Amino acid sequence: MEIFSNLAVGFSVLTWFTLSLAVIGCFLGTIIGALPGLGPSNGVAILIPVTFSIGLDATSALVLMTSVYYGAMYGGRISSILLNIPGDEPALMTTLDGYPMAKQGRAGDALVISGVASFVGALLATIGLMLLAPLLARVAYLFGPAEYFALYLLAFSTLGGIASNNQAKAALASCIGLGIAMIGLDNTTGMPRLTFGNLHLMDGVDFLVAIVGLFAVAEVFFFIESHGKGSSIGVKLEKVTVPVKDIVKSGWTMLRASLVGFIAGILPGAGASLGSFLAYMSEKSIAGPKGKFGTGVPRGVAAPEAGNNAAAGGALVPMLTLGVPGSGTTAVLLALLMTLNITPGPTLFTDRPDVVWGLMASLLIANFVLLAMNVPMVKIFVRVLQVPPAVLLPGVCMISFVGIFSLSGSYFDLLLMVGFGVMGYVLRKLDVPTVPIILGILLGNHMEDALRRGMVLSDGDWTYLFSSPISVGLWIAAVAGFVAPMFLRKVLQKPQAITD
Amino acid sequence: MTKTLRALSLSAVLIGAAGAVSAAECIAPANPGGGWDFTCRQIGKILYDIGQVDEPVQVTNMAGGGGGLAFSSVVNERGDDADLIVAASQATATRLAQNAYGGATADQVRFVGAIGADPGVIVVAADSPMQSLGDMIDAIKADPGSVAFGGGSAVGGFDHLKVLQVLKAGGFDDITAVKYIGLDGGADAITQTVGGFTQAMTGDMSEIVGFLKSGEVRALAVLTEARVPGFDDIPTAQEQGIDVVAVNWRGLYVPKGISDERFEEWGAKLAAVAASDEWKAAMEANGLAPFTKVGGDFQSWVDGVIASTEELSREIGVIQ
Repeated sequence: MEIFSNLAVGFSVLTWFTLSLAVIGCFLGTIIGALPGLGPSNGVAILIPVTFSIGLDATSALVLMTSVYYGAMYGGRISSILLNIPGDEPALMTTLDGYPMAKQGRAGDALVISGVASFVGALLATIGLMLLAPLLARVAYLFGPAEYFALYLLAFSTLGGIASNNQAKAALASCIGLGIAMIGLDNTTGMPRLTFGNLHLMDGVDFLVAIVGLFAVAEVFFFIESHGKGSSIGVKLEKVTVPVKDIVKSGWTMLRASLVGFIAGILPGAGASLGSFLAYMSEKSIAGPKGKFGTGVPRGVAAPEAGNNAAAGGALVPMLTLGVPGSGTTAVLLALLMTLNITPGPTLFTDRPDVVWGLMASLLIANFVLLAMNVPMVKIFVRVLQVPPAVLLPGVCMISFVGIFSLSGSYFDLLLMVGFGVMGYVLRKLDVPTVPIILGILLGNHMEDALRRGMVLSDGDWTYLFSSPISVGLWIAAVAGFVAPMFLRKVLQKPQAITD
Repeated sequence: MTKTLRALSLSAVLIGAAGAVSAAECIAPANPGGGWDFTCRQIGKILYDIGQVDEPVQVTNMAGGGGGLAFSSVVNERGDDADLIVAASQATATRLAQNAYGGATADQVRFVGAIGADPGVIVVAADSPMQSLGDMIDAIKADPGSVAFGGGSAVGGFDHLKVLQVLKAGGFDDITAVKYIGLDGGADAITQTVGGFTQAMTGDMSEIVGFLKSGEVRALAVLTEARVPGFDDIPTAQEQGIDVVAVNWRGLYVPKGISDERFEEWGAKLAAVAASDEWKAAMEANGLAPFTKVGGDFQSWVDGVIASTEELSREIGVIQ
């Protein structure tokens, strides 16, 4: 098998030194991922100058960076589950079931299950990357503006049932998100929109600022309001065991979610957030109302974590084979490769097999290191819950400020973050879910760009949006995703009543 | 846990501040990953490697406003910081010419040098019927809607202007009828072109190198005065009777308030980088062509570029 001999080449570049780099990278990555405001992309970006100043060679630098990348994808789930604050944007969906699980005293279970799901997702994606990368690169050629628009539409059409029983409120929230996404330089005309002449708003609102504001800062406001008594942070803590039964039961969920996430990752521009979102929503609709998604079920944490880790691996496909970064972090990794005089693109696999297969080998190793590190470490993570909220929350708040300031070094983002905090507080008082707002900000720009590019290409002919089999298929899925829950709910409720 | 968190956030701050004492700083006015980031990291690394600076150059990413945020920060807050260099390119000049930096003007900083240029290119998918710039211009003259261009910059950006310059020089004047879509970077524009969603891609040489080698795209023309070394089979636009030269130079500006000695000193340091083997290797690997202009020479050249960009932008209605 060619793959194995290639991998042998990859593993041959690994030494005790690179292996220890992988361990350090995984550890740093997990912490970076867990800290609100410090996501994988700034984590990797911060470490780039460090690799140069200690004079790492290309392979070692790559090993360190990919370990941080995968580590952060694992780490994001920790604060989602324990604090209801997503550590990074792909971990957003994990809050939906992870935090309710923690409130039921199953924080340890949620962390172990999501850790295993992360492992499954990342492992399958790495294998997919090894076997199929050059082939999969072709998928990007099949997606034009019409197809991308239908893909984002599919994501938004399933938003209604998310995190709220009131579809209208979820719709309102996603409209707010889409509105915020409009801020900044309009890519199609080059004109600034809704910036009020403020240069800080020219590039739009960074979704990390919104996430930290809506989740972390809003949480602090709730805490202040209740004088420290009624904060939702007060989750119960029980003994940590490995929930083998739940893991086995979530097996198929993990596999399906990995596949969905991997495909979303391969598409440039979609990325890990869309991967975890689609993975969660598809599992939710497969499970139906009986699945009780959103109330703290193991499958609800397994799906988004398998999905986002698989998407992280998938995003490496277009990055390596086309030089198109599929996410913020791969954009940073791309920059690192270019600085090392390695130009990703269609010829990378033939020109630099040492780099490619060294990378694959280090991804595999990072993944095993992370599993070994994360499951036993759950005991340490859950200790966070023993810290009194009066100490924990100000700490989280402080870290949020440092994290956001490190993004752009501008005080403006800090003000914006506090503004989002106030908004999050008010919206939660009104029982309006905040998750759709983030998704609106994350995906809104891409969706709008796709639509407007399509309109330019077709001279404003709307039928262009249904012009290919792929786009038609996605439209059907989108319509079904929007309509089906309304009918399925009634159909599925009957058998449920019987079994109950 | 909180202790670890605190320690980490502290170390993150320390990493950020390390070297701020006396070492030079290079501001990349964009997030990591783009051309400006490349300029800072590559030039910064070589400056240190060849001993032009004593400590590693610290790279700061200051994204915002397409470079405008960094520009205003340098003008307003660090107007006399002699240890500061800022990555710039043709895009900086284009935006200054189009008044996209909120009223800031080019004379508020000093352009200290460029040490490489990314030649402009126009490429089509390998199976495209268009074989030359002439074919392309004829197709557009017959039906302006038949050829849609994809590029990595927004409408009115350099990738867009390049193709309009070519069409004007080829005798097609109704340039508002030209279809152009701005995508997220050159590689994305190529994917759309190979996928057949756009018929041609306008961008920089560095963006197409890998795809040229793999044979998925064909370059119709390179917009330089002479053919680019290493890509000798790609004809220039001038050879095809289209008198357009458009290169995306990579260089630096410094604050206006620094002394002439320090300005010349930075120019000399840049010239040393340009002459180094390491930079030559980096240029070759990234599809850059040699293009060295430093000091006063460069400043007057940039002034000329800005004036002509302003004229073209006015003509196509991007600015009034």
